[in-house]
Amino acid sequence: MIELTVNGETHELDADPGMPLLWALRDHLGLTGTKYGCGAALCGACTVHVDGRPRRSCVTTLRVAAGKDIRTIEGLQGPVAKAVQGSWERLNVVQCGYCQSGQIMAAVSLLEGNPRPGPAEIDDAMSGNLCRCATYARIRDAIGKAAEQLAAGEPG
Amino acid sequence: MNNDEISSGLSRRTFIKTGLGAGAGLSLGVWLPALAQMGGPGKAGAAGATGALEPNAFVRIGPDGVVQVVAKHLEMGQGSWTGLATLVAEELDADWDQVEVIGAPADAARYNNLFWGPVQGTGGSTAMANSHKQMREAGAAARAMLLAAAAERWGVEVGDITIDRGTVTGPGAGQRAGFGDLAEAAAAQPVPDLVFLKDRKDFRLIGQMLPRKDNPGKVNGTALYTQDIRLPDMLTAVVLHSPRFGGRLSGFDAADAKKVSGVVDVFEIPSGVAVVARDTWSAMSGRDALRAEWDDSDAFTGTAGELMARYRDMADQPGTVVRADGDVAAALAAADTVLAADYEFPFLAHATMEPMNCVVRVDAEGCEIFNGAQLQTGDQMAVAQALGIEPGQVRINMLYAGGSFGRRANPHSDYVLEALHIAKHVGRPVPVKLVWTREDDMRAGYYRPMYFHRLRGAVGPDGKPSVWQHRIVGQSILAGTAFAEALIKDGVDSTSVEGASDLPYGIPNLGVDLHSPVVPVPVQWWRAVGSTHTAFSTETFIDELAVAAGKDPVEYRLGLLGDHPRHARVLQLAAEKGGWGAPAPEGQFRGIALHESFNTRVAQVVDVSLDGDGAWRVHRVVVAVDCGMAINPDNIRAQVEGGMGFGLSAALGEAITFDGGRVVEGNYDGYPVLRMNQMPRVEVHIVKNDAPPTGVGEPATPVIAPAVAIALHRATGQRLRRLPLKLG
Ligand code: FES
Ligand code: FES
Repeated sequence: MIELTVNGETHELDADPGMPLLWALRDHLGLTGTKYGCGAALCGACTVHVDGRPRRSCVTTLRVAAGKDIRTIEGLQGPVAKAVQGSWERLNVVQCGYCQSGQIMAAVSLLEGNPRPGPAEIDDAMSGNLCRCATYARIRDAIGKAAEQLAAGEPG
Repeated sequence: MNNDEISSGLSRRTFIKTGLGAGAGLSLGVWLPALAQMGGPGKAGAAGATGALEPNAFVRIGPDGVVQVVAKHLEMGQGSWTGLATLVAEELDADWDQVEVIGAPADAARYNNLFWGPVQGTGGSTAMANSHKQMREAGAAARAMLLAAAAERWGVEVGDITIDRGTVTGPGAGQRAGFGDLAEAAAAQPVPDLVFLKDRKDFRLIGQMLPRKDNPGKVNGTALYTQDIRLPDMLTAVVLHSPRFGGRLSGFDAADAKKVSGVVDVFEIPSGVAVVARDTWSAMSGRDALRAEWDDSDAFTGTAGELMARYRDMADQPGTVVRADGDVAAALAAADTVLAADYEFPFLAHATMEPMNCVVRVDAEGCEIFNGAQLQTGDQMAVAQALGIEPGQVRINMLYAGGSFGRRANPHSDYVLEALHIAKHVGRPVPVKLVWTREDDMRAGYYRPMYFHRLRGAVGPDGKPSVWQHRIVGQSILAGTAFAEALIKDGVDSTSVEGASDLPYGIPNLGVDLHSPVVPVPVQWWRAVGSTHTAFSTETFIDELAVAAGKDPVEYRLGLLGDHPRHARVLQLAAEKGGWGAPAPEGQFRGIALHESFNTRVAQVVDVSLDGDGAWRVHRVVVAVDCGMAINPDNIRAQVEGGMGFGLSAALGEAITFDGGRVVEGNYDGYPVLRMNQMPRVEVHIVKNDAPPTGVGEPATPVIAPAVAIALHRATGQRLRRLPLKLG
């Protein structure tokens, strides 16, 4: 039995400890907001937070994830998340949307660690997250806007 | 009211009620005479003395006041659901927040693409172009019925009632109602025989920036893709495909695979060996343990380089004539200097972020499919044939697609049929989800075909091009598909030559010819289709001629665009906004290109710098676009940004290659796609235009590569003619 704590809830899973967290989230816990894109830490679609840090759930085994604090797009909360998601909507960032859970998880991590990232820092932090629809220009702007808004103390 | 805003064919238009949304509430459909004229399979049964009645249903208003727009097109990122809803809501005078969008079922009789005859599907940048009028009429008819119901209830004239943002107001005190209050009474009103569409000056939603309808679900993770479908008792399948195209399974050993916990069954299907399991990870692990042998006697075992050499040889011989203006041979013979250029374009993968997948359940009624469905009618027919049932028994739920770029409109229904074969073997009524891994998706084919182009031309005494000969060699996408009859004319696949055969430049002696070699690598349309290669060769070659003539390339083109004022205007706008003629920033070089595809004209000015080791970087792209009436300018900008980025990605590093027939690239490491640190700043300028709207999903894609190549020529003197663009 593997004990997984996801979005504050603890689950007992009878699964192969070598199974990537991604598939446990999607197939066993029904948390399908976290996406499969490459299975090889190349695209970022599967990004979740593990103990507050962005992690590729497609290469994080249950063995490693067990006992840690895991957060997915479904459990995202707090002022940074609110600002990021709000700014994503205001700027109409999404196209197909498939990469966007991962983008948002990465963006929230970035702003939680660095409230005023410069353009180069945004590019650095986000370049592991592919968007085949190339929504990058808007992602950049949306992160900038969310940072400004958080700095100004405005509600999301 | 402008004349062209009154719906055409009024006398023949008939509106009828449909069974959609039975119960209280307003539901109506619009029958379009255009559909009846096209004929096709949906027409036969309903045809009578009065002509075919084919009910379409696009809008439902419930007693709760929610306006549901039924979207006949797939939302694969291009904003079609938001666009369709905008058109309905505009004519209905609905409040944007009360509008919801749902996907239409598969039913070509009601939901066909009006540009494609009796076929339901999305593609060719047609979502707005084919349906803008249809959607507006549907909204206008609903509005008229709400007005009639209010007039009856309040005993007033329709002309004294107004609708504003979902609120219906009469002249008397307290005469206010929401759509929900009136829905039931409106449903009892006769459907109007004719509707009037709004004058442009009264638009409140068209032309505005509106929040996309798919925003909330896509930022909070609840938007459902095929990958996310979970049904009771559902099994998950992966397939081991032949490593070579055309390879046949000669044997397999499933013993170890079956030992993997969670694996339910392993069996042969036409496209390989299926491993069916209780969850995705078990299915993948089972496949890892599977051993199979393949008979490659009929398989493709070559390399891309060998194929390209063959194409190059073919280009020495004339191909099928596509266009022959003037006397090309004589003009070439008479020229002092003939410029010649050979171009090479690789196979390209769509590499959508959501790999191909499909859920199928074979049941007593037929079959139910969950798919990011892009070509419903083709998929229905293919599945019906495989099951020996009627197409109408194939029910398709259209999910969001995590990108497509053409891939999900597979004219062979490849992955849909694969899922079907597995579900059929598993037996009813267990649903099966077929999942392709990234490697499956990249290696199972259906690529943008590889192409070779040869261009020859000369500058005449007046400085203008005197002759232009364009030879194209590459596989036909349409050969062997249901589209062949309509789109292959006199041996010419129109998608192989589009953008070349309709070159907008006035050149007296102009020839285009085509070779369509048959090669066992599966190919398909890829965002912007033929223009993905023709824009590159034609635009860089016209630049070569301009340089040879000693002319500014913008002036040079303008001198040849006399018959194409919209092209000229878009080029001038890009040149002006992009600072053409002014120096680029220190260390940067400017290029410009122009191309029309899907009736939309796009020009781009790029600023490029050299990054060392043959690498280059685009800093800024200024785009001018003429796509007719701008339904949603913000979405046009988004599509131009993304479409340009898609083309830039290919120009930077995309290519599918083969080693002894095996696809070398398997994931995003070997097949790099654009990342954020490679994305330039993009400025989009939309030409103000009242012409009917044309597509925006594709036309920005083909223009970036030639613009970059031209800038790189200015930077280095090198003419790059092979994609992806690598400096020597
Ligand atoms: S699916 Fe994990 S990084 Fe791509
Ligand atoms: S929005 Fe489509 S992959 Fe990013």
